Amino acid sequence: MLYNEPSPLETRVLSRRFGLPDSASLGTYLATEGYQAFLKAARMKPDEIIEEVKASNLRGRGGAGFPAGMKWSFVPRSSPKPKYIVVNADESEPGTCKDRVLIENDPHQLIEGVLIAGLAVDAHAGYIYVRGEYRYLIEILEKAIAEAYAGGRLGKNIQGTGFDFDLYTHTGAGAYECGEESALLESLEGKRGIPRIRPPFPAVVGAFQRPTVLNNVETYCAVPAIILRGGAAFAALGVPRAGGTKMTCLTGNLNKPGVYELRMGFPVMKMIEEVGGGIRGGRKLKAMIPGGSSCPVLTAAECEGATMDYDSMSARKTMLGSGGVIVMDDQTCMVKAAARIIRFYAHESCGWCIPCREGATWLRKILVRFHAGGGTRADIGLIGDIARNMLGRTFCPLGDAAAMPTISIVEKFQEEFEDHLDGRPCPYEHAEHMVMA
Amino acid sequence: MTFSPQLEARFSKLLNSYPPGRQRAALIPMLMYAQDEIGSVTDELVDEVAGRLGITALQVHEALSYYSMLHRKPMGKYHVQICTNISCLLNDGDKLWEHACKKLGIGHKETTADGRISIEEVECIGACSWAPAIQVNYDFHHFVTPERLDEILDGLKDKP
Amino acid sequence: MADLLKFTIDGKQLHAKPGTLVIEAARTAGIEIPAFCYYPGLTLQAACRMCLVEVEKMPKLMTACTLPVSEGMVVRTDTPQVHSARKYMLEFLLTNHPLDCPVCDKGGECELQDMTFRYGAGESRFTDEKVHTPEKQFSPVVFYDAPRCILCYRCVRICNEGLGVGALGVINRGVVSEIAPNKGDHLECDECGACIDICPVGALTSGIYRYQTRPWEMNHVGTICTHCSDGCRTTLGTRNGRIVRGNNRDSSGINGEFLCIKGRYAFDFYDHPERLLAPLARVDGKLTEVSWARALETVAGKFQQTLAGGGSFGVVGSNHTTNEEDYYLQKFARQVLRTDHIDHHRTGDLATLLDALSGQADKLATVADLDQRKAILILGADLALEHPLLSFQVRANYRHHAARIYALTPRPVREDKYAVKSLRAGRPEEYFAALESLRDALRSEPEMVAVFDDSVQGEDIGKLVEFAESLGIPVKYICLLDYSNSRGALDMGLAPELLPGYAPAARPGMRLREMLEAELDVLWVVGSNPLKAAGRKAGFLVVQDMFPTETASQADVVLPAAPAYEKDGTVTNVTGEVQRLKRAIEVMGAKPDLEIMGFLAREMGVAAVLGPWVPDAVFEEIRARVRGYGVPAAVIAAGGAAQTTPVNGRIPAEIPRAGEARRAHSAHNGLFASGTLGRYSRVLTSVLEGRLGR
Ligand SMILES: Cc1cc2nc3c(=O)[nH]c(=O)nc-3n(C[C@H](O)[C@H](O)[C@H](O)COP(=O)(O)O)c2cc1C
Ligand code: SF4
Ligand code: FES
Repeated sequence: MLYNEPSPLETRVLSRRFGLPDSASLGTYLATEGYQAFLKAARMKPDEIIEEVKASNLRGRGGAGFPAGMKWSFVPRSSPKPKYIVVNADESEPGTCKDRVLIENDPHQLIEGVLIAGLAVDAHAGYIYVRGEYRYLIEILEKAIAEAYAGGRLGKNIQGTGFDFDLYTHTGAGAYECGEESALLESLEGKRGIPRIRPPFPAVVGAFQRPTVLNNVETYCAVPAIILRGGAAFAALGVPRAGGTKMTCLTGNLNKPGVYELRMGFPVMKMIEEVGGGIRGGRKLKAMIPGGSSCPVLTAAECEGATMDYDSMSARKTMLGSGGVIVMDDQTCMVKAAARIIRFYAHESCGWCIPCREGATWLRKILVRFHAGGGTRADIGLIGDIARNMLGRTFCPLGDAAAMPTISIVEKFQEEFEDHLDGRPCPYEHAEHMVMA
Repeated sequence: MTFSPQLEARFSKLLNSYPPGRQRAALIPMLMYAQDEIGSVTDELVDEVAGRLGITALQVHEALSYYSMLHRKPMGKYHVQICTNISCLLNDGDKLWEHACKKLGIGHKETTADGRISIEEVECIGACSWAPAIQVNYDFHHFVTPERLDEILDGLKDKP
Repeated sequence: MADLLKFTIDGKQLHAKPGTLVIEAARTAGIEIPAFCYYPGLTLQAACRMCLVEVEKMPKLMTACTLPVSEGMVVRTDTPQVHSARKYMLEFLLTNHPLDCPVCDKGGECELQDMTFRYGAGESRFTDEKVHTPEKQFSPVVFYDAPRCILCYRCVRICNEGLGVGALGVINRGVVSEIAPNKGDHLECDECGACIDICPVGALTSGIYRYQTRPWEMNHVGTICTHCSDGCRTTLGTRNGRIVRGNNRDSSGINGEFLCIKGRYAFDFYDHPERLLAPLARVDGKLTEVSWARALETVAGKFQQTLAGGGSFGVVGSNHTTNEEDYYLQKFARQVLRTDHIDHHRTGDLATLLDALSGQADKLATVADLDQRKAILILGADLALEHPLLSFQVRANYRHHAARIYALTPRPVREDKYAVKSLRAGRPEEYFAALESLRDALRSEPEMVAVFDDSVQGEDIGKLVEFAESLGIPVKYICLLDYSNSRGALDMGLAPELLPGYAPAARPGMRLREMLEAELDVLWVVGSNPLKAAGRKAGFLVVQDMFPTETASQADVVLPAAPAYEKDGTVTNVTGEVQRLKRAIEVMGAKPDLEIMGFLAREMGVAAVLGPWVPDAVFEEIRARVRGYGVPAAVIAAGGAAQTTPVNGRIPAEIPRAGEARRAHSAHNGLFASGTLGRYSRVLTSVLEGRLGR
């Protein structure tokens, strides 16, 4: 099922089966080169698989952008311990809804990607950690997994290759932090979603204290195409230091929001104007968050000339993140946006470390009060200061995720904070009283 | 405790999904699926699951109290979750929330007197490109307008 | 040394073994890196972020508590960035911390207060509302105030990792996270209070100490716990002649971090309403308060009269009195009263173990050995309940050194959780069958400590030693005993067959049971309750005790004695380690047993024979005269522990007399029992009642 019309500007690699009749079924998958990549990979040496993935310039699609091939190469393949493949389908970063589409429309592509990762690191079991709210995806996945077992694509001696692999789903229960890889592993083991001290990294000590490859759904989904068409071909779709396409979630004040597969390096303005159909109601662009709400915001001016890839974004001191693009029009109250964003991080802070737990909560209190008209001039400086005191000092990146958007909003939109001073009502159309749970 | 055969089957599948000796891993899925059946995570369920997994009730409690979808008290038969996070907010998700509160006369995590409908203001539910979005139990509804919300809520009144 | 890494901290060239954490390396060099959640010996958390330091070539500040040193590493702890991190971390902590220091038990010894003083910001920029939650009572002993909690998780870890109990956990998420007890709204645990001691702030407070005093108004006296035989050092906080707190303030004893409920809280017997504070003597057949002079005169007169008439004396010593008192008592009995009838209630058959080990040196394990030796064999006892320190050591050994534990016990025990082999066995035949089945496993251990209780005694001890010695590996032993100076009682010769230092007695006298049944002219009972369930047979009964026990209430004269916390002297724990008692308070009316005996000697005109009744002087005599007690005086004086070496000559093996299959009887006191003493501790009784009431 697709919830938005495709765009002619898309480059459909991962989404090429979307819209086909019964696209989630094994039949459709097999009719469209399905499980061919696995067979090809099974004839390759593990190192060759990893080399191919390295050559593709595939970087992790969960947000951090770590090169996937490199991560796989860290797994101590010769270790006598069992190894695992874990799929991060926790998809909880606000603005992000792409893994959902990938699983819903083409679950076998994910399964095949997981199998190839298993071949590459000598793993024989995998877990798909799905956020609790996505129960219907678990049902889709379980159906696909059952079909794959029945069709000899999972289980013992898959397609006569001698390779065994078991795959399971695992539901989360409502916790953003469980998208963070080590917290996910804790949660997978039946515990609170508290991140682990690293090193050791999951590649060495992961699920059940054993070597583990952990990637985002989209990352695994890219693997079959990489093996079939070659790493170089995939890399060529993107830019020099980031290969392939990116499932991009266009959200916010757009005429045509939706999930679109765009080449790495797609121009931001063209994406907003043409793929997203421009700002709704003829309004103007005020700001945009490129990769989920934890990334610093870009002003309309900063969007000019920017492209959707890691380097262009880091040159603008923000991040490509998970591909959750949040577009804000000129009627958006940035104080309200900042308050809403921090409220999320304060709610989702696992509570383990002081700066995140206390800092995010403090910021939430100030920003909510500020938006309600109770702010002082000193608060404006204080907000930035608190956020900077969290930055880089927390146990896991959630603290940074809370701090970065906040810092960027107070820095870039200071005048909007001033507009709220002295009990003045919020001057923006959208911004009636904000409810705070 | 006795559960439905389907849930028991689910439990035994779960217990076989993890490496030997690591059955504690089944904890959160077991609580989620059991909550779906019995409505909330009761003390009895905590003890039952602790016993089956060979861990203490405290260990169960530590984990369960961490996750926002696990409830110690039952929610309504239809739990309406309205997202007001940023992408939905930009599409008036907060107004949708206020609309639901007013219409039903209840607030965050409250249930109507007849026990049928409860509402919760939730964080991003992964439907941002089709905002504003809500979930009724596990079912998603996208591009929800106040009028559409009325229809959905009215439909729940006499839904079996 | 080649295997040391070179690195610098704040410009100081340092060396350390690989694996050393920066925070530890800095501490050894005198550089203090602040931390809340880091706690040596417990798992690492990196949660409080107080220990952030700058490390060259690292883009972000690093937590010194998790970072191992590496070759050439350059660490800086004294930079503006580090100072700002510390200051703002404290500012974050204080946003939800109530500033109720003036009424907080921890005020004055709170790590948060100290750090705010040293590193913190002068004034708070936080003006919004704090998170509120009411205080909770987890148990008679433990209270929890969530807003004060800084979530360092020390309590959770000490309970889980240190005690193996796991009664505390963390619930909820984010800023409303808090510590929770294992039974919903209350705790069911060892009630050891380790969580309270380890809490850096006043979040966990003790039901005993709450709102009693401010820390700086107390005097602190380090002494040895008077309950079980493990010999934990405890620090008593006193104020105006009262003990208000027991804790593990300096962690310097053989128990390090550890104390159980008894060592920490069960000091409260000293002001039990039934405490005897004046001598009692029979007036018209009724026990009546009399003056000390009158009481001493009566006893001395009776002793002299009996001696003159060639009458018989029996002397029963204590498991709680000091070595000096025991030594003095046996000297009094043997030299002044000229009797060989002297004994005490034996709780383990130590004498036979020493006999079986005669001629061999270095066969007795210390408390430290339980944390160091590669394998531990436990026979019979439920260590976690009966010998909490020994059990703590075994657990620490397992956690830190992967010790291999073998537990052969009649019932399930806590050690089962991590033992390589747990077998149910209770009777000697079962032990020996089980041991045979473990022979190969044990033989492959590099070394072993064997710990056994009173279920192994007499010739079975010989068999056990024979078995262990046949394994061909170095084995050390611990024969479990019940009380704080059970060991000293035997070492000092409170036994009919043994003189001090295990020299054989020329004419062994009557044993305890025989004395109770004989019609002696005088029975003198010091700190013991042998007539708990029997009527007296002796013509005249003198009792020294703290409480009107069943024995005391049958006495002709009762002399009110002082407990360990009111006297100086030394005691010897179950592993033969001698430690010093230090008087914490003085209670008017009662006297230390040594003083009572000294006054009696003076009254009888025999003081010169017995020598001065000053603890130090008697200890000097013990050091000089008692085999094995030549321990370094300076170590003891400084509050240290030194193991005695009693096994260097042959001790006569004694054949059990008719009708006496077992010579030793352990009370198997659990965590909340402590023989007669326990009955007078409100803390112990209230915990027990609380459990029964549920
Ligand atoms: C707070 C936090 C939340 C995260 N949430 C997600 C998530 O929902 N999905 C995801 O794939 N990665 C998430 N990540 C990133 C993961 O930690 C991890 O980097 C990623 O799953 C690795 O896969 P990749 O290399 O394929 O991106 C999150 C990270 C942090 C710090
Ligand atoms: S109670 Fe004390 S020791 Fe325990 S986590 Fe809280 S602050 Fe730390
Ligand atoms: S912001 Fe509402 S679904 Fe993501």
